[in-house]
Amino acid sequence: MTVSDVAPIITSRFANPDAHTLSGYRATGGYQALAKALSMSPEAVANEVKEASLLGRGGAGFPAGVKWGFCPPGVWPRYLVVNGDESEPGTYKDRMLMERDPHQLIEGVLLACYAVGCGQAFLYVRGEMALAQERIAAALNEAYAAGLVGRNIMGSDFSVDVILHWGAGAYIVGEETALIESLEGERGMPRLKPPFFPAAKGLYMQPTIVNNVETLSNVPWIVNNGAAAYNELGAEASRGTRMFAVSGHVKNPGVFEVEFGTTTFRDIIFDPRYAGGILGDRAVKAFIPGGASAPWFFEEHLDLPLEKGTVDRAGSMLGSGAIVVMDETTDVVRACLSLVRFFAHESCGKCTPCREGTTWLERILTRIISGQGRPTDLDLLLDVSDNISPGIAWPPKQTTICPLGPSAVSPISSALTRFRGEFEALIDDAVAARTAVTPVEITVGSHG
Amino acid sequence: MADETSTQVTGELTITLNGTQVDARKGELLIAAAERHGVYIPHFCYHPRMRPVGMCRMCIVEVDTGRGPTLQPSCMLECAEGMVVDTESDVTSKAQDGILEFLLINHPLDCPVCDKGGECPLQDQTMAYGPGESRFVESKRHHEKPIPISDLVLLDRERCILCDRCTRFAKEVAGDPLIHFINRGNHTEVNTFPDEPFASYFSGNTVQICPVGALTATPYRFKARPWDLEQVESTCQTCSVGCRVAVQSSRNEVLRYVGVDSDPVNWGWLCDKGRFAFESVNGDERLGEPLVRTGGELRPARWSEAIASAAEVLQSTLTAHGPEAIGVIGGARLTNEAAYAWAKLAKGVLGTDNVDAQLGDGLPAEVVLGLPSATIDEVCAPGGTVIVLGPDTKEELPVLFLRLRHAVLNDGVRLIEIAPTATGLSAIATASLIHHPGETAEVARALVGQPGLGTDAGGVNSAALEVARAAIAAGGPVRVVLGRASVAESVSWTVEAASILSSIPDTSFLMALRRGNVRGAIDLGLSPGLLPGRVTLDGGRANLSGLWPTVPATPGMDTTAMLTAAAEGHLRTLVLVGADPLADFPDRDLARRALAGVETIIATDTYLTGSSSLAGVVLPAAGFAEVSGTTTNLEGRVSVLSQRVTPPGTARSDWAIASDLARALGVDLGFASVEDILTEISSAAPSHAGLADALASSSDTDGVVVPLSGPTPADALLSFTVPTSDALLPRHSYSLRLVVGRKLYDEGTAVHHSPAMTNLPVGGALRLNRYDFDRLGVAEGDLVRVIAPALTIEAPVVVDPAVPRGSAGAWFNQDGLCAADLIDITAPLTVLQVESLNGQGAGS
Ligand SMILES: Cc1cc2nc3c(=O)[nH]c(=O)nc-3n(C[C@H](O)[C@H](O)[C@H](O)COP(=O)(O)O)c2cc1C
Ligand code: SF4
Ligand code: SF4
Ligand code: SF4
Ligand code: FES
Repeated sequence: MTVSDVAPIITSRFANPDAHTLSGYRATGGYQALAKALSMSPEAVANEVKEASLLGRGGAGFPAGVKWGFCPPGVWPRYLVVNGDESEPGTYKDRMLMERDPHQLIEGVLLACYAVGCGQAFLYVRGEMALAQERIAAALNEAYAAGLVGRNIMGSDFSVDVILHWGAGAYIVGEETALIESLEGERGMPRLKPPFFPAAKGLYMQPTIVNNVETLSNVPWIVNNGAAAYNELGAEASRGTRMFAVSGHVKNPGVFEVEFGTTTFRDIIFDPRYAGGILGDRAVKAFIPGGASAPWFFEEHLDLPLEKGTVDRAGSMLGSGAIVVMDETTDVVRACLSLVRFFAHESCGKCTPCREGTTWLERILTRIISGQGRPTDLDLLLDVSDNISPGIAWPPKQTTICPLGPSAVSPISSALTRFRGEFEALIDDAVAARTAVTPVEITVGSHG
Repeated sequence: MADETSTQVTGELTITLNGTQVDARKGELLIAAAERHGVYIPHFCYHPRMRPVGMCRMCIVEVDTGRGPTLQPSCMLECAEGMVVDTESDVTSKAQDGILEFLLINHPLDCPVCDKGGECPLQDQTMAYGPGESRFVESKRHHEKPIPISDLVLLDRERCILCDRCTRFAKEVAGDPLIHFINRGNHTEVNTFPDEPFASYFSGNTVQICPVGALTATPYRFKARPWDLEQVESTCQTCSVGCRVAVQSSRNEVLRYVGVDSDPVNWGWLCDKGRFAFESVNGDERLGEPLVRTGGELRPARWSEAIASAAEVLQSTLTAHGPEAIGVIGGARLTNEAAYAWAKLAKGVLGTDNVDAQLGDGLPAEVVLGLPSATIDEVCAPGGTVIVLGPDTKEELPVLFLRLRHAVLNDGVRLIEIAPTATGLSAIATASLIHHPGETAEVARALVGQPGLGTDAGGVNSAALEVARAAIAAGGPVRVVLGRASVAESVSWTVEAASILSSIPDTSFLMALRRGNVRGAIDLGLSPGLLPGRVTLDGGRANLSGLWPTVPATPGMDTTAMLTAAAEGHLRTLVLVGADPLADFPDRDLARRALAGVETIIATDTYLTGSSSLAGVVLPAAGFAEVSGTTTNLEGRVSVLSQRVTPPGTARSDWAIASDLARALGVDLGFASVEDILTEISSAAPSHAGLADALASSSDTDGVVVPLSGPTPADALLSFTVPTSDALLPRHSYSLRLVVGRKLYDEGTAVHHSPAMTNLPVGGALRLNRYDFDRLGVAEGDLVRVIAPALTIEAPVVVDPAVPRGSAGAWFNQDGLCAADLIDITAPLTVLQVESLNGQGAGS
């Protein structure tokens, strides 16, 4: 087992009890990157971030510096939107960053605004994160009072206002266009891409950069230390460090910042400094490598590095950096239901296949588990899945507006492909029980 | 989501559609291009008159834009050069079948008891492509069966497929975002906000565009099945916008109007008053037989008896007092052909020019015909400035309001309103110039004046005037929507203001006259001093010499003058052609005295009204959907009216009544059919030359705008002189200037005789600004003393923020406080004093 020993970048202050205060942040080098940036041109700052291979940490893993260059030239105003809605099951890194080091995020926001040319930033924090909201608000007030946010920052002619917005309890609002709708005061329902790519037509139909909290928290370090230093860490396109949240049947669940691209799944799941191995030292049955939407990995994937391209090629994704471990005792049918139920519950209802299809999948699974399964149900599960995500391929195709619908298909396809026998056993038992007693007639409706 | 400019369709490109190369336009949506080429793509949420949302996913098809085929919603995708589209591939079909199945799993499938059954896109899709059996064995989603969301509309959430059409319409088209999605995912439903009904003037459109039977209208619910309905296309005559409608009936009873998409006019929309007025066609109290007054009472009579009796009255008046002693009021309810027949009877046979289709609440005919005219499309064309100097279009010309709203919100049209109270357009106007009653011309003068004057005008502050001037200066044509904002003031100020505005270069006018075919009636001579074809008596006399027995020598009286003469005993016989001065004339006291002052009233009408019940002879007329012919909307657009049912009893069309009366007076008008009249109009009326042929070769839906080619011959062109405006009255602090406008729902025939709408009028109350209201020291709805020049009455008072300080608002033709009781038509402006019953006064 090899675990690289690198100094943390974004969790470096987590141990300091006063890290969330302005004095605590400043005492540990805070706002030096901002001062440095203000002596550089915005293009130079943008270039530094572009040079550093900073992959977006919100899910899609798109390089931040490249995204910043997508705003159509000459169109103003442009906005920065910070995605702090973190709601993917098993993901809880952004919350830690906002609670423990809010100034680092604010400094990252200011740097991004400077580089992109935004006069306003909107920080959207998940509704349930009370402490994160409190800490961010307090930090922002301090920063305003210290002349670090607002008009003429640090005496320069650079001015930015940061607007805080709390969510109202919907996972889908983490999707960037739904988040924008929500900021505009509408229901949090995704827009269609195309034509509504935020960089071109985002908040109030203006060019808008949407970045994740963790993504932006990396920016101060990059500006301070340079892209070259950042790129010394990691492998291939996955550079720097990254936070992974490990949960499930592990001895020591938690969030760990590790070197990106080189650390393996086995490292982070088994190393005593991280998740510390499986509970009761049982065997791994499956694990989700990157959030509830990701297709499952199994034992044979444990030695893959946490590297975007590698994981993509292996048929899944690192997504939001949530690793969920299921040991050999796991009832996969129930695990599958639990994930599908989440997506059905969180479907915004805008498009037909997700609104109707995810709930249908949930109800079939519920029926199978409750002993009412029918032999045709497994094909039905797959066919309904196919109507949401044609071909059930990876990366997914979709009949839906956004990727939430197909997300519900991932656990079904993973579980049915690998553990079809467990589903069949439940159904066989049910059929046997039914034939033993009086046959139950199932009414089949017909369309008129 | 913020509004986007509507897509302009320009340029040509080529796409491959199911293997065939076809042309498409830049900016054209794929679903529309496919439809143009005869390829139907199933859809539910897409509606060509609303912004696409891509929600239902029914229209997804395989599209290859160079990176391999992907499934794309064709309602959201603009055509691009070289795009390869397959609407029939296995992948497309599988996806579409899947969507249809998803829509059906929770659908109640209660088609046999659903109003939409037989005309339901969901049912049609299912019949064509749907699976025979359901694979969904779970229990379906349940909701309480239809819940009322307004007085007119019911919602069945079980049938709803959440296509967002109704909600989008309410928000984007009507501007009444009162229905909305609530909850989420599988629990999503459409609903109103608690205790806030979907009280929109346009709610019926949501019923029409709902692709399933989730929304139903109370007046039509359970009345018929679509396959039992017979329909004809016609034009709504409830107001002068002239929306195209399909009139549907079953067993000789009109059961429903459905909006038809006329591109230059209504885009498929109707207002609720127009849509549900069909109930008044079938009303129980419709006149079905002639009535003749015998022994002081109106008693049923035979047609021959009634016509003879009316002719005798007319003949004896002619003999004893000459044609000037006869007056004819009304005609705005008629078809063009009936209007022409009545003009021929009145002016050509009786020889009187005391003929007026307007009731003292419109604009002088010379102004209507003399100013350069604009169509609705010209008014709404992108890039221009619209000045609305007239009534609240939302209340009086509702679908014109929708077009204006669209133009402002989607096409960058700048809107300036000049009005005495805030209106439905105020919120979206570039400049809303709310002025003191009677000072309209001051505002117009300031508007065309030099920028930067820095002075207020007519109660409008200089900053607002500056914004308005800048809007005009921004370039593009200026279109004026001209009408009467208040009937409590002299028309002269409006005319003066119009003439001032006409000095702006490239300015033209759309006449916001309200009654259904008022424009056709004026065009065809039902106005003093005019002959058919927009010509004066002198200008048209020669043309009519072979056709009409006579033509009046000098201009006669308008309605106000006729009623005044009648009250003074100078008018002996009054013919009311579908007119009810007691309800519609602004000065009710004068109307009352006039009707009492004439010897005999002859009335033709569909219902017995306050005025016609005073008549000596009442002739029952066939109404809308019972007659065919043509009608003219406010633009001067002539379109075809169609008959769908037979009139009640022995009621007859107005042109036939005119012919019968003429015959009884010894003259043959020469008409055996509506077509005969249209042919005569085409030759007798200069502005309508060639109309019959033009209509025959035009699309029925869009009609034709007259004149067909250029202006009317120069010698017959009308000009108007600006009247010397009445002097402005000094304002003083204990008086309030009265403003009288109309609400969509009033006590008129259409509402009053349509059971679904009888509860909708707001009722009359005096409306004051909060400042003036507070000075009274009374509570909302309390009775106060209203002192008008001619009478003092007690009336309820309410706060209305739309009314500015120093003015008092009252609605016309409402129960409770009747504005016509307060107005003195001889005064240029009605000024009121208002005090609490214990004597405390209001005013500014
Ligand atoms: C269903 C769904 C949920 C998402 N939730 C989140 C989230 O909670 N937080 C987040 O940062 N991004 C989330 N995303 C990704 C965002 O849409 C967006 O890609 C991201 O915020 C961009 O930031 P980044 O480039 O810095 O990663 C979600 C995407 C989808 C489709
Ligand atoms: S896929 Fe689901 S969450 Fe996404 S838009 Fe459609 S209904 Fe909403
Ligand atoms: S009620 Fe009708 S129009 Fe409205 S969302 Fe439902 S199906 Fe669509
Ligand atoms: S706007 Fe006028 S013409 Fe159109 S439907 Fe309403 S009443 Fe009829
Ligand atoms: S019609 Fe295109 S998605 Fe509904």
